[in-house]
Amino acid sequence: MLTRLLLVIALLAGFGLSPALAAPDGAKLYGRNCAACHGENGTGGIGVPLALPAFQAGVSDDYLRKTIRHGRPGRVMPAFSQLDQAEIEAIVRHVRTWNKGAPATYSARPVKGDPVHGKKLFAQYCADCHGANGEGGKGTGVTFSRPRDLPIMAPALHNPGFLVAASDAMIKATLMRGREGTPMVSFLKQGLKEKDIDDIVSYVRAFEKQPLPGSAQLLKVESPVIVRDSDYDLQTTVENVKRAVSNNNFFYGRVQTLEYGLTDPANENPKQVIVYFCNISMLNQALAIDPRVGMFLPCRVTILETNGKVQVMSVNPGVLSRLFNNSELNRLCDEMSKSYTAIIEEATL
Amino acid sequence: MKNPLQWMATACLTLLLCAPVAAGDLMMARVNRMFPEAMTLLQSAISSRGYTVTRLQQVNENLQRREFKSDMYRVVYFGKYEEVRQATARNPGLIPFLPLNITIFAEGDQAILVTSHPQMLREFFPDPELKPLFERWEKDMLEIMDEVREAA
Repeated sequence: MLTRLLLVIALLAGFGLSPALAAPDGAKLYGRNCAACHGENGTGGIGVPLALPAFQAGVSDDYLRKTIRHGRPGRVMPAFSQLDQAEIEAIVRHVRTWNKGAPATYSARPVKGDPVHGKKLFAQYCADCHGANGEGGKGTGVTFSRPRDLPIMAPALHNPGFLVAASDAMIKATLMRGREGTPMVSFLKQGLKEKDIDDIVSYVRAFEKQPLPGSAQLLKVESPVIVRDSDYDLQTTVENVKRAVSNNNFFYGRVQTLEYGLTDPANENPKQVIVYFCNISMLNQALAIDPRVGMFLPCRVTILETNGKVQVMSVNPGVLSRLFNNSELNRLCDEMSKSYTAIIEEATL
Repeated sequence: MKNPLQWMATACLTLLLCAPVAAGDLMMARVNRMFPEAMTLLQSAISSRGYTVTRLQQVNENLQRREFKSDMYRVVYFGKYEEVRQATARNPGLIPFLPLNITIFAEGDQAILVTSHPQMLREFFPDPELKPLFERWEKDMLEIMDEVREAA
């Protein structure tokens, strides 16, 4: 019996029916995990254009590996902590198929410089694009569905993901050579000396010792839903919600049961009612920050009656900040949380 | 298991056949088809797994009515009646996250699909009875995304 079982295993492995043990397919992994943002052929989209020759020439394999592993907290690029080392290697190999030359390699030795002087130079030469505190440029990248100002967003340097991935030598090389095809210019050509560049590198490295900037932080929520009990009956509460929605600068649209469309109308549970509402201007702002937020649109509040008790609830918009790993959504999520709470409380109190 | 060899053989078999795990909190796919075709593929992949598409939220039309520019953009809602009824009866807190949905929007001559990993809900709803349901949704979502992406 045991021999037969082992024979079956061997045959399965031999016929390539063993995804867990077969060598990971980099193209397939890239297609599933990276292509949505970076483009099927690395041309970019929501994410960096990985096939850009200057990008390929400027970053090391180690930088790519660590970027995949740690991501960029708060800056959309997620940490792919569930991929194993072999899978990450396979993705790196696939990304390198777009590279015409040999991949860059950099020394791990720290660059010595004067961070105080570097800070002054950073403010003069870098802050316009990378932010005064290295928090990065605004936006989530370029996407064709919405107008964008730049083909690539200036990366956040004061970000734990960047700082763990980029060696001093790589940062220095980028400053010295620039990155053709992006707004990043060579600062040697801008008149800086190598010593100045070392000073900037040492200042950037010193970000590691500073508190995290807002761009690397995400909202923390205690509960994924906002819930309040209502003293009114179901129908009155539904009407209260509609009125509260209007009072808070939204307009309400559909009012339907949760089970709408899933069964015959006669079978729908009339005690689970959803009120959909929207503020188009806010919607436009949210989509401009991150085109993916549509999955939580339109806004909605649910009114339900269970054993005679009426409750009003909604998703806590604070969860979106973490879900999208986008700190630029923090302010909007916070505003939305306040609006949802105001609507729900006005309808129930 | 009666002996270590049998245990090892079974473990190996499980390892050989298990699917790759999913990534991050968001699930995304780029589809190398124009939006209308990608939309048809998506609805077909959803329906073929026994789900009913309940509604298509027209996001771009609503934006354009207020003169905001947007390319094609839809949210596709879907679910299974009995699943939804049973899960929400026991855990009403799930209602705001249902029906399941996938967002689809055009990017040039391609389309992008986005949804959240249903497994993420386990963190918020630790009820052990929901675990198999979240796992099934997770598997179905992955298959739907893969099917649409690979059809292109």
